[in-house]
Amino acid sequence: MESVLGRYKNLIVLVAVLFAQVLGLAVQVKRTTDTESSRLIRVWAVSTITPFEKVLVWVQTSTGNLWHNYFYLRGVRAENRELKQQIEQLRLEHVRLNEDAMQARRLQALLGFREQFIAQTTVAQVIGSGGSEQSRIVFIDKGERHGIKPDMAVITDQGVVGKVLKVFRSSSQVLRIDDQSSGVGGILEKSRLQGIVRGTPAGEVVLEKIMNDEAVQAGEIVRTSGGDRIFPKGLPVGTVTRVANGTGSDLFLSIRLRPAANLSKLEEVLIVTKLEEKDITPSDAAPVRAADILSQRLPSVPEKPAMEPAANTGAKANQAAPVPKGPDKNSAGAPQPNALKTGDTAAAPVVRTQATGAARVATPATSNANSESAPATLQPAAEHKPAPAPVKVATPATPTPKPNTPVNPPPANPQDGPQ
Amino acid sequence: MPITYTSGEQVEVYRFSIPFTVLVPATALFLQAWLPRQFPFLAMFDLPLLVTIFFSIARRNPISGLLTGAVIGVFQDALTGLQIGIYGIAKTVVGYGASSLGVKLDVENAGARVLVTLVFYVVHQIVYFVVARAMVALSLQWSWPHELGAALMNAVVGVFLFLALDRFKQRT
Repeated sequence: MESVLGRYKNLIVLVAVLFAQVLGLAVQVKRTTDTESSRLIRVWAVSTITPFEKVLVWVQTSTGNLWHNYFYLRGVRAENRELKQQIEQLRLEHVRLNEDAMQARRLQALLGFREQFIAQTTVAQVIGSGGSEQSRIVFIDKGERHGIKPDMAVITDQGVVGKVLKVFRSSSQVLRIDDQSSGVGGILEKSRLQGIVRGTPAGEVVLEKIMNDEAVQAGEIVRTSGGDRIFPKGLPVGTVTRVANGTGSDLFLSIRLRPAANLSKLEEVLIVTKLEEKDITPSDAAPVRAADILSQRLPSVPEKPAMEPAANTGAKANQAAPVPKGPDKNSAGAPQPNALKTGDTAAAPVVRTQATGAARVATPATSNANSESAPATLQPAAEHKPAPAPVKVATPATPTPKPNTPVNPPPANPQDGPQ
Repeated sequence: MPITYTSGEQVEVYRFSIPFTVLVPATALFLQAWLPRQFPFLAMFDLPLLVTIFFSIARRNPISGLLTGAVIGVFQDALTGLQIGIYGIAKTVVGYGASSLGVKLDVENAGARVLVTLVFYVVHQIVYFVVARAMVALSLQWSWPHELGAALMNAVVGVFLFLALDRFKQRT
C-alpha cells in the first residue's frame, strides 16, 4: 500500500488539489454571494495589490500634473478664449433646453411620474484592472470606508461605466458594462424602445430584446431607462453602431453599441452614492429667459423715468434676444431688466416663478447701493405669496459689456451703473 | 531541436530564496492587474502563467509545481470578478505538467522554452475554457488564431522573462 502511495504520490496530490478547487468552485457557483473563504482570499489579494497600484497611480498623476500644469501651457490662452466663447453659447443653449425640460416636467407631473435624481456622488480613481480578457472589471481607490456599497452606479461625465461589484475596505471592484455578466436597462433616445444593454464575451456592448420588426437607426443614442433601479434614467450609455436582423428563429434585433464612456481608458469615475426619488413638480426648476442672460452682457441702461410700462419693455427684451419657445404666460407682464433703472437690475436676472406668475429680482452679490431704489413694481408679487426656490443662474460678479455694441455711453459715475 | 532527453541524474534542480519565491509571483500578479489599465491589449499576456512555468521547470518537482500553480492561479482569480478556482485549476494543471516535463527534458535553452511556453499556454487556455464553460457557464468563444497568436507572444516574452529570472536560481 505504501509503495503504491509513494509511486503515485504526485498524481494523488494533483487529483486532491484539483478536486478541492472544483468543489470550491461548485459551492461558489451554487451560492450567489461569496463564501467566507473566497471572500478572505479576495481580501488578501486585493489588499496586497491595491496599495502598490495606488502609489503608482499617485506618482503617475503627480508627474502628469507637473507636466501639464507647469511645463506644457502652450496654447492655453487661445484655448481659454475659445472656451469662454463656448460657455456663452452653451448658456444660451442651456436656457432653451431648460424651457423644454420645464415643459416636460409639467407634463410628467400631470401624469404623476416619479423620477430618480442623483443626490450624491463620490469621485474615485481607477487604479487597476482584473487583468483578464474574460473579466472586464476595474479597481477603484474608494471602498467601504468611503461609503461605497455593492450595486452603486459608476459613471463618468461621458456616460455609464458600470456598477460596483465587490467592496473592500479601501478599494472596490467595478463591473464594466462590456462584461458579459453585466446588464443595464436601456432606452433608445428617438424611438423610445426599451431593451437590455449587455456585454459580450468579446468585450462588445449590445442592446438586446428589441423586436426584429422595429426600426432602429445607426447613430441613435441609447440612454439608461431607469428600470434596473441602479442607474437613474437618462444617462448616456452608448451609440448604435450596427443593426442587424436576428438570424433564424431569433426574434430580436442584433444591435451593437459604442459605449459613451471610454471604457478602456478610465481614469476618474463618479460613484452615485445616493439616489433620491421624488415626485415631479412643475416648479422644480424655474426657467431663466435668454433675454435675461443677454441683458447681463449688454451695456448698462441709462437712467429713464421709472415705471415704464412693463409690456413694452418685455417686447424690447424679446427683440433683443432669441426667446426660447414654450409657454411663457408668466413673463408677459413681468418687468424686464432692460427697462429698469441704472445697473442694479441690469446685472440681475429676473427669475420667473411659475406658481405665482410673478417676477422677482435675484440681486447679485455685487449690486450696489442703488439696488434699494429698484422699482416698486418688482416687489409685491414675491411678497404676496412665497415662491418656490428659483434656480439661480450664475451671474458674473461684474458683467462685462460688449465693446462693439455701444448702445449707450457708460455712466460717468461708476455708482450709477454696472461696469 | 534543442530539447534533449535527460536522465534523472543529469537534470539540475534549482531552488529559490523565500523572498524571491513570494515577490516574483506577487509582482507578476500586480503587473497583470496594473498594465492592462494603461494598455488594454496587454491583457493578452499572462505573466502569472509564465512565472508558474518558470518555477515549475526550474524546481522539477511536480508537487511543488502544481502547488505553485494552484496558489498563483487562485490569487489571480481573486483579482477578477469571477469565481475563485478557474485560473487555479488551469494553472495547477500547467504547474504539474511543466514540472513533470522538466524532470524528463532539458528545457534550459531559448528554443525549448519558446516551445514549452507555447504549448503550455494553449493547454492553460483549453483547461480554462472547459472549466469556465462547463462549471461557471461563461459564454466564452474559442478562436484558434487568437489563442495561437497570444501563445506566441507569451512565449517570446517568456524567453526574456526566464532569462532575467535565471539569475536568481540557486543550485541545490
